[in-house]
Amino acid sequence: MLRNLIQRLLQGIVVLFVLFTLTFFLVKAMPYGPFQQEKAIPEHIRAKVTAYYGLDQPLHVQYGRRLANFIQGDPGLSLRLEGRPVTEIIAQAFPTSLQLGIAAMLIALCVGIPLGTLAAAKKNSLIDFGSMALAMIGICLPSFVIGPVLAEFFGQRLKLLPAVGWEPADLRSWILPAITLGLGTAAYLSRLTRAGMLETLSQDFVRTARAKGVPGTRILVRHCLRGGLIPAVAYVGPAFAGLISGSVVVETVFQLPGLGQHFIKAIETSDEPVILACVMLYGSLIILANFLTDLVSLWLNPRLRTR
Amino acid sequence: MLRSLTTLLAAALVLASCSRETQVERANREGILILGNSGEPKALDPQLVTGVLESKIIGALMEGLVADDPKSDDALPPGAALSWEHNEAMTEWTFHLRPDGKWSDGTPVTASDYVFSYQRMLHPEFIAPYVEMLYFIDQAEAFNKGEIDDFTKVGVWAEDDFTLKLRLREPVPYLPSLTRHYTWFAVPRHIILIHGKMTDRFTPWALPGNFVGNGPFRLKSWEFHKAIEVDRNPHYWDKENVGLNGIRFLPIENPYTEARAFLAGQLHSSYTLPSDFIDSVAAKQPEFLRQEPYVGTVFMRLNTTRKGLDDPRVRRALSLAIDRKAITEHVLEGYFPATSLTPKMGQYEPEKVLGFDPDAARKLLADAGYPDGKDFPRFSILISRPAARASTEAIQAMWREHLNIIVDIQNKDWGSYITAQQTLDFDIASAGWIGDYLDPTTFLLMWTKGNGNNNTGWGSEAYEKLLDEAAHQSDNTRRLEIFRQAERLLMEEQPIIPTAFYSRNYLHRPEVKGWYPLLLDNHPYKSIRLEP
Repeated sequence: MLRNLIQRLLQGIVVLFVLFTLTFFLVKAMPYGPFQQEKAIPEHIRAKVTAYYGLDQPLHVQYGRRLANFIQGDPGLSLRLEGRPVTEIIAQAFPTSLQLGIAAMLIALCVGIPLGTLAAAKKNSLIDFGSMALAMIGICLPSFVIGPVLAEFFGQRLKLLPAVGWEPADLRSWILPAITLGLGTAAYLSRLTRAGMLETLSQDFVRTARAKGVPGTRILVRHCLRGGLIPAVAYVGPAFAGLISGSVVVETVFQLPGLGQHFIKAIETSDEPVILACVMLYGSLIILANFLTDLVSLWLNPRLRTR
Repeated sequence: MLRSLTTLLAAALVLASCSRETQVERANREGILILGNSGEPKALDPQLVTGVLESKIIGALMEGLVADDPKSDDALPPGAALSWEHNEAMTEWTFHLRPDGKWSDGTPVTASDYVFSYQRMLHPEFIAPYVEMLYFIDQAEAFNKGEIDDFTKVGVWAEDDFTLKLRLREPVPYLPSLTRHYTWFAVPRHIILIHGKMTDRFTPWALPGNFVGNGPFRLKSWEFHKAIEVDRNPHYWDKENVGLNGIRFLPIENPYTEARAFLAGQLHSSYTLPSDFIDSVAAKQPEFLRQEPYVGTVFMRLNTTRKGLDDPRVRRALSLAIDRKAITEHVLEGYFPATSLTPKMGQYEPEKVLGFDPDAARKLLADAGYPDGKDFPRFSILISRPAARASTEAIQAMWREHLNIIVDIQNKDWGSYITAQQTLDFDIASAGWIGDYLDPTTFLLMWTKGNGNNNTGWGSEAYEKLLDEAAHQSDNTRRLEIFRQAERLLMEEQPIIPTAFYSRNYLHRPEVKGWYPLLLDNHPYKSIRLEP
């Protein structure tokens, strides 16, 4: 058991190393460099700036230096926001992405699981069809459609909530982005929960409980939920990492100061230190989320423990 | 769980309805102007940036020798300099700095600050990307390229604390206007040297807490992708006439997001407005819509090293087959049909040589060996910004209709798009150019052979001879006349096909007073008032 977990961790480190190497060389393979702009800078200036950042060195030298610095926890200076340490950029932007991810996950959990449970309990009823149709719509509608519609309605027309911006202290500014980001996950979760619950509800122990006269709600919550949530839990971990790292669109639609905007701009400007730092951070998050999911699954599912 | 969520949501909505005051209303009360600024600035050191969006913020924090006028592009109100004069040849200039001019920490602004600034910018080790703007100074280019080491040979010196002298390499009648560009601003020597050597790049001097400028506002805070805030500078020489308590610049890059922010009452003025919004705003909220001329031109850049495009007759035919009026009426709404490359600015107005004449276009194409478009190579037009697609498609259709030729449209990401042009790896590219100052040189100098912004493979000795002649001309009327000739030559050769003159389409709230249409769009913030 413990050996298994340690193995997973070691695998994670190998994955991160491969990720670093691939990303580095992919960035270098891009057809443009960081100092290319519409208004051309004189050639003698560009050559000097390139040398200033050591970008004129052979690739393996650049790679070795970057890797060594990364291992020591120094991702370097941004090439787009020149002179700014990458650590400062991440320290400013990551909290927003994290807060947004947590808020979106909460919405997904609070909407998805009750909806899926309800649908399973009232299988083939109007509630079931209605909520599952809603979930399908939620999965199909991309955030760049939901976001602007919400912002226009609640922000522009009703002026109830801010249409753009993010204030950690002002929860009103969290609502629209979190709903936009969380809705797809909520929809997916509700379908997974429904499927898991239906499977559990068809088990013998449920029939026995029913025969003994246990009330329906109690069966659902006390007897079935733990087993019925297993597929949902397996999804929640990676989905959470996905919410934190995949909020680029929502950040653009609502102008949020998160990491996604830095990531996209870094790619557009070939800002290698920021790209590498973001990829490594997102990669670590996904590995960590998967690891935690394994732990929770073990707790939820006794069958896994005996194996 | 569902119930608790509903309660939470209801509570949030109640909370929301309690504070119905929009951000703009609150800012009006506080005297804060909120502006959309299109993106995150690279930095705020005026000697290390090249962009327009940076200039908007630097313009609040610093002031040039000559200031901007709120109403007129041509007026030259005194800024850091009280007065200036020049010799007859316009090659030697004297600027008399105002004795009450101070940095935002109270230290006086002196002529030696300017000498230090130009030395820093021109220093080969400092690597300033926009250094060419200072090449007008005698020997500046040689110093920057390391050909001379002695800065005293460069044409800038301080005669005393408040007298700055400049010797130029050629007559520059528009020098006062040029000093309004941030590359000509002074930077605070006493602060820069605290944070590093003169030639150290991107030291923390230009960050909040350290930044010192000579403009009406001080840098208060900078949060990435959120806002840059400035507040009043208590040491500004004209502080009594500053109408705002502060400005908040929001780096909203997506124009649709920005328009929503404006319409939700979160911005006083937007940076731009997507053209598909214009009709609906004009119908529903015309009081917000602003459409003003801007010194910029949309054009097609042709790779004249490609077979077919190497023939000026073909290039002219392509140009004559474009119905510019239709484009500005239906696609680039608010823009004006281009009649030449340079838009009218001050006393300079180029000849209106561009027009729409499909018959002449067909004849030229036939003369060049492609009657009715037969055997014409299949070129593609390179674009990057989504906004360029519609107008490019219109041109594609016009060429097909009038010349019977087919071109493709090729979309590339921004970096690849730039690289393709700089390496001449394209056929035709949709491009644009915004002037830096109000003189035709800002549009005409770039078409010399090998210039980093030319990217057409075109070059002409006759053209360069005219530019050279103009450069040594101190009679401005004659000088502009030579530029007109040069521009005519450029338009006959047509390595570029101008299609439209820019217009600035944006949203603006009526309570912002003292904000008038300006060609360069540099509104002096000190004259702006909020009067709801």
